[in-house]
Amino acid sequence: MKFLTATLLTLLLAFVSGLYLPWWGIAIVALLVAAIVHQKAGKAFLSGFLGLFLLWGGLAFWIDMKNDHILSQKIAAILPLGGNSILLILVTALVGGLVAGFAALSGSFLRASAK
Amino acid sequence: MRIIPFAISTVITAGLVFALNKPWGAIPPMGKFLSPQHGVWQNAEAADKNYSTSLKFDNLKGKAEVYFDERLVPHVFAEYDEDLYFIQGYLHAKFRLFQMDLQTKAAAGRASEIAGSKAIQYDRRQRRLGMVFAAENALHEIEKDPQAKALFSAYTNGINAYIASLKESELPVEYKLLNFKPEKWSNLRTALLLKMMANMLAGDTETDLANTNAKSVFAPDEFAALYPQVPDSLMPIVPKGTAFDKPGITPIKPVSADSVYFSAKQEVAMQNFVEEDAADGSNNWVVAGSKTKTGVPILCNDPHLELTLPSIWYEMQLKTPTSNVYGVSLPGSPFIIIGFNDSIAWGVTNSQRDVKDYYNIRFKDKSKQEYWFNEKWEKTRLEIDTIKVKGAGDVYDTIAYTVFGPVMYDESFADTLTKSKLNLAVRWTAHDPSNEGMAIYQLNHAKNYDDYALAIKGFNCPGQNFVFASKTGDIAIWQQGKFPARWNGQGLYIMPGSDSSYMWQGFIPQPENPHAKNPERGFLESANQRPADASYPYFIPGSYITARGITIENKLSAMNGITPEDMMQLQNNYFNTTAEDVLPILFKNVNEANLSKKEKEYLDIVKSWDLLATAESEGQTVYTFWWGSLRKIIWDHLTRDAGNLKNKIPAMGAQALLEILKRDSSFMYKGTTAQDSLSGNNPVTLALKEATQKIDEALAKAGGKGLAWKKFNKPGVYHLLDKSKKDLLPFDRPNLDVGGAGDIVNAISGSHGPSWRMIVQMSAQTEAYGLYPGGQSGNPGSKYYDNMIDYWVQGKYYKLWFMQDADRTSSNIKWTMSFSKK
Repeated sequence: MKFLTATLLTLLLAFVSGLYLPWWGIAIVALLVAAIVHQKAGKAFLSGFLGLFLLWGGLAFWIDMKNDHILSQKIAAILPLGGNSILLILVTALVGGLVAGFAALSGSFLRASAK
Repeated sequence: MRIIPFAISTVITAGLVFALNKPWGAIPPMGKFLSPQHGVWQNAEAADKNYSTSLKFDNLKGKAEVYFDERLVPHVFAEYDEDLYFIQGYLHAKFRLFQMDLQTKAAAGRASEIAGSKAIQYDRRQRRLGMVFAAENALHEIEKDPQAKALFSAYTNGINAYIASLKESELPVEYKLLNFKPEKWSNLRTALLLKMMANMLAGDTETDLANTNAKSVFAPDEFAALYPQVPDSLMPIVPKGTAFDKPGITPIKPVSADSVYFSAKQEVAMQNFVEEDAADGSNNWVVAGSKTKTGVPILCNDPHLELTLPSIWYEMQLKTPTSNVYGVSLPGSPFIIIGFNDSIAWGVTNSQRDVKDYYNIRFKDKSKQEYWFNEKWEKTRLEIDTIKVKGAGDVYDTIAYTVFGPVMYDESFADTLTKSKLNLAVRWTAHDPSNEGMAIYQLNHAKNYDDYALAIKGFNCPGQNFVFASKTGDIAIWQQGKFPARWNGQGLYIMPGSDSSYMWQGFIPQPENPHAKNPERGFLESANQRPADASYPYFIPGSYITARGITIENKLSAMNGITPEDMMQLQNNYFNTTAEDVLPILFKNVNEANLSKKEKEYLDIVKSWDLLATAESEGQTVYTFWWGSLRKIIWDHLTRDAGNLKNKIPAMGAQALLEILKRDSSFMYKGTTAQDSLSGNNPVTLALKEATQKIDEALAKAGGKGLAWKKFNKPGVYHLLDKSKKDLLPFDRPNLDVGGAGDIVNAISGSHGPSWRMIVQMSAQTEAYGLYPGGQSGNPGSKYYDNMIDYWVQGKYYKLWFMQDADRTSSNIKWTMSFSKK
């Protein structure tokens, strides 16, 4: 239950932070959520990772679908990801997930150390 | 104790954020770039995006509506001129901000701020040419005229209103890739953009430095024959036989000219002269009602420019209660540059006139503070420029201004290698105060021939051929610009700068600029050819192009009952006029007995060629290589004694060579000596052998079969940042299935060609067609980025919707933007 709460809370608050803060707001969100909804390190990481993986992956997927993949194919060819839209979405999700995962790890350790 | 793991994971997180927030070489900051709420995903426009919105700004005087049609062409309906141009600026910025920002920075010699140290030489060149100096002089003219100032400022405010409203997530994708931000607009930047056009169109019409070298290689009579001023086959813009007035100004040749100017040999250690295919340019023409089916004039224009994505043009309609104009605008400048209004239509081609000369300056010493002029040391004005370089320290450059203009080349500027140590000041009409923008504004509002003729008088540089038609049935053309009145030979070569005797003595009086109105033959055309035949009483050097004018004139002469569809066919015409003249010479001289099977095969392809440079044409391919090889063989013989100057003189033009060969085909042997291994062949036969080899080499490299012309011509439209034509391929449209060549009416040559095709029939209700190879949105993530290219390739047109007040409820309107005062 805690795992689900932490994951969804990270996802939701990261979305809100994206409206007002620079992209790295997701790290702050993940850290705070992990500190407040405390889980063991491994689970905290996974919550943060999954929250952002789903958020960024989902948003990218949605935008890409609405865009008929026009831009993703071009960017995926420049980066270079072989012009593969899905790959670009996965990389996007992975970047968001990793940053949030490590931030959540910190949050978990912070709560633990505060005890 | 969890402090250590906390510290470790925090360092990793911070490190990740840091690494993903900064660019690594050409790789953008990946966190920022990929964040779906900030980065590149935000540029992926929904295919069904709704552009409708309501906007309020302090600067507006009244209300305005912008109606977008299905191609995203805005039809702006405003109550006041100022609001109209405010909105034009806003829309330019909304759809084309990156190109405006980049191009004006580059014009001002600030490309290094974006591109880094590789652009330093480019920036120095722009500054030494006096681009900012020119723009500042133009700005001064704008500020002197209250109306101009109000209109240009309204435009600037519109751009800045958009920039101010721009969130980081909304930045065009190029800013995200290169990680920089747009800069506020100013009237100076508008002036810079117009000077960029002047440089693009008037900058390369002069070959003074290379000519100076040629003067050392060829005797005066040879020079005159190799680089003729008036081609035999010229079909001038002003119909042949037109009488010209007695010249209002007669410039006097300096007494020392023969000894120190014409016959003095001087070596200019310039970089190798790259031979431009001097066939790029533009077409415009107009046919009178006497030659059309409906009895009203039809005006056509297709300016040939470097084809880019985003396009140099942005299509729009600008309407107030007092005027209604439709056409293409230049993002970065207000007004409609080419188009039509309720009463008239106009179009432009480049005049190709030489309006830039170089003067040899003697400085007193290395400080460049003084130079020798009229028997005494004159003070220069020294300008120390600071060039900011991305990722490196500032670079400083000292530019000396003389009575002629800025000293462009000197020891410190590597374009002239230090060997000759020439200090060359540049005199260019673009430096002179003028306000081309207001000339265009007045043209936008012209109602008849007199308004048009008056409006364009203020247009000084770059010289343009303004073609005109009115609803009252008038047709006309003016070659308009501020052109120096030169004595015969003035400005062909570098001139002495030690006194005032070689300076321009005045300008050709504007009423004497070549022009024609309502000629009996019922049509007028321009295609970058010399404007008038030899009877024009001024010396007017330039880099003229002859062939397209001949094709157009031949076609129009033969046509009657003309319809817009006929004009579409003519704009897309592939007939090769030059080849029609060249081939008989080639066929007559080729020695078939000496040809291999393959060479014979290629000869047969040309023999059965229909003279059309279509995408699939094989004849065009073989002809191009064959004629090119022959030109090179003959030129090599002619310049055999030129030594190290060989690559630093202008190659003889194709038209000039063709005309000499037509008069006397034995010219092909000129300069041939016993050492030349023609191996028993005449130059024409040898050229076919060489061409065969080159074609096969090119084919082997391309790895394909078949000689289809498009494989060699490589038509394509490339993104502005893709100078290499391969680094940013996903944003490009290479390998288009289309024909053409520089000397063909449909002048598609590589990434150069018809940048806007327009046909306007002056019926009671204007009937207009047009398109450009691009799309209204500059965003590579929009479906309107390149949506018009396919039609352009196929030679198809869109019917232009010239909206009237009654159309405000039309179903053609897809989106509406409402503007009002805050």
